[in-house]
Amino acid sequence: MNSIVMKQDASTAIRELLAYLLSSSRVDAVLTMRQVPETGSCDLGLITDPSGMVEAEPFLPVMTANAGQALSSISMSGKRIAAVLKPCELRGFTERVKREQGSFDNLLTISSICGGVFPLEKVISGDLEKLVPRYIEKTARAEAPRGLRETCKACEEFVPMNADISVSVTEHGSLMHLHSDRAEEYTEGFEGERIEARADQSHIDRMMKSRSAAKGKLFQSLEKSSGLDGLVDLFGKCVGCHGCSRVCPICYCQHCDFESINFDYNQPYFQESLEARGALRLPPDTILFQLGRLTHMSFSCVGCGMCSDVCPVSIPVAGIFKKTGERTAGLFDYVPGRDSEEPIPVMVFKEEELGDIG
Amino acid sequence: MSEWQPRILAILCNWCSYAGADLAGVSRIQYPPSIRVIRVPCSGRVDQLFILKSLQSGFDGVLVSGCHPGDCHYISGNYVARRKFALLKPLLEFIGIEPDRVQFSWISAGEGERFAEVITKITEDVRKLGPSKRLVKKT
Ligand code: SF4
Ligand code: SF4
Ligand code: FES
Repeated sequence: MNSIVMKQDASTAIRELLAYLLSSSRVDAVLTMRQVPETGSCDLGLITDPSGMVEAEPFLPVMTANAGQALSSISMSGKRIAAVLKPCELRGFTERVKREQGSFDNLLTISSICGGVFPLEKVISGDLEKLVPRYIEKTARAEAPRGLRETCKACEEFVPMNADISVSVTEHGSLMHLHSDRAEEYTEGFEGERIEARADQSHIDRMMKSRSAAKGKLFQSLEKSSGLDGLVDLFGKCVGCHGCSRVCPICYCQHCDFESINFDYNQPYFQESLEARGALRLPPDTILFQLGRLTHMSFSCVGCGMCSDVCPVSIPVAGIFKKTGERTAGLFDYVPGRDSEEPIPVMVFKEEELGDIG
Repeated sequence: MSEWQPRILAILCNWCSYAGADLAGVSRIQYPPSIRVIRVPCSGRVDQLFILKSLQSGFDGVLVSGCHPGDCHYISGNYVARRKFALLKPLLEFIGIEPDRVQFSWISAGEGERFAEVITKITEDVRKLGPSKRLVKKT
């Protein structure tokens, strides 16, 4: 595959590419992580002024919002956008496109073999400064850095599935792989040696080994939360803030049923329930809320870990969705975000299937 | 005290299963008085949440029944429903709800006998399992 050799580190090279795309008017805006050099504070930014590119940190191992979710409506604005996305953000975006919540038409997607991201608490505590240099060293050697999000440690989908441009960083240097005509077209004239190359498979294999081991451990640790008692233990402390669904790239419904009048309980409900059971847990339906989300979208969960990260009471929401999602998606050999042409499993059917039902 | 009787919610598609229930009625076919019926336009209308919510509200079992695959009044509603039910199954397992508590069937308007059989079966299955734990810890 046609690839560009990066002379500098990957972040600098991509920052230059983004600046080039902006200044040559190939794109109207750039979506990337940013970091203010003086304070270290970071966010996801949409940049139109090339001078703003100094703050771009395209591969900062932090996810303040799932960029796939953020990109959703702006991707339909008609503006041309170059977006740097982590593989799960790109998959999340792809899932949204399938739900008509986004479009690839005016997008150039840039992703990379992903080493994972740190939980937001590390950003708040100011530890990021110390963690990032070690992270870069470790990931270049295909080793797992400490302190990542639980679902990142266990993520086996760290190679971008459908990016226009993907970046691979190994100890032998960094490469920009051009996967599409659009990638070729947009990078035309951008400096750098062109070679035929693919991402280093042995590097990927080594990463996969530690990821798979971590996934096994994560899933096992979640075993105890199945069954009714396990679920009550787990979600019993849920405060019902619905933060987990707000930050989820898949949960796009503007009028979530759980925030509708259907779940706005009134006096008769309480009376009836109390008569039947003698006691009621408040707020009601915290478990039903998660079960509802699991039935409605777990097969599309991309395991980005946003939900766990924002949960104020540290419920391992993402692990549960990832684990359940693999089962529900597995029923239909579905891989969320693999291909924007692959329909979501509840939108299609085969006449001859599932003979055991009914 | 009288013996515990299972309470089962039957969500029936208007065009087939509901008519099947009607036929069972007019033909005076006997089946256990264990069901409460909700009529829906099509099995495709049934969201998995309806099922979870019924169990949570205290039903001991839920039956969803639609037209036979290929016979849906709206062509494909039951094919989509079938996928949704398939997706619900691992979840029920995850919650720890016994699989027999939630059953699906396809019953046509002419199958009054079959309707009675299906109701008898789910009633006996649920009776064996005992009262549902209602998705909420009993306090
Ligand atoms: S973020 Fe946590 S506390 Fe808030 S609704 Fe989700 S699980 Fe419950
Ligand atoms: S459920 Fe959680 S981990 Fe899965 S896609 Fe949504 S936010 Fe990400
Ligand atoms: S109309 Fe009966 S299942 Fe669709």
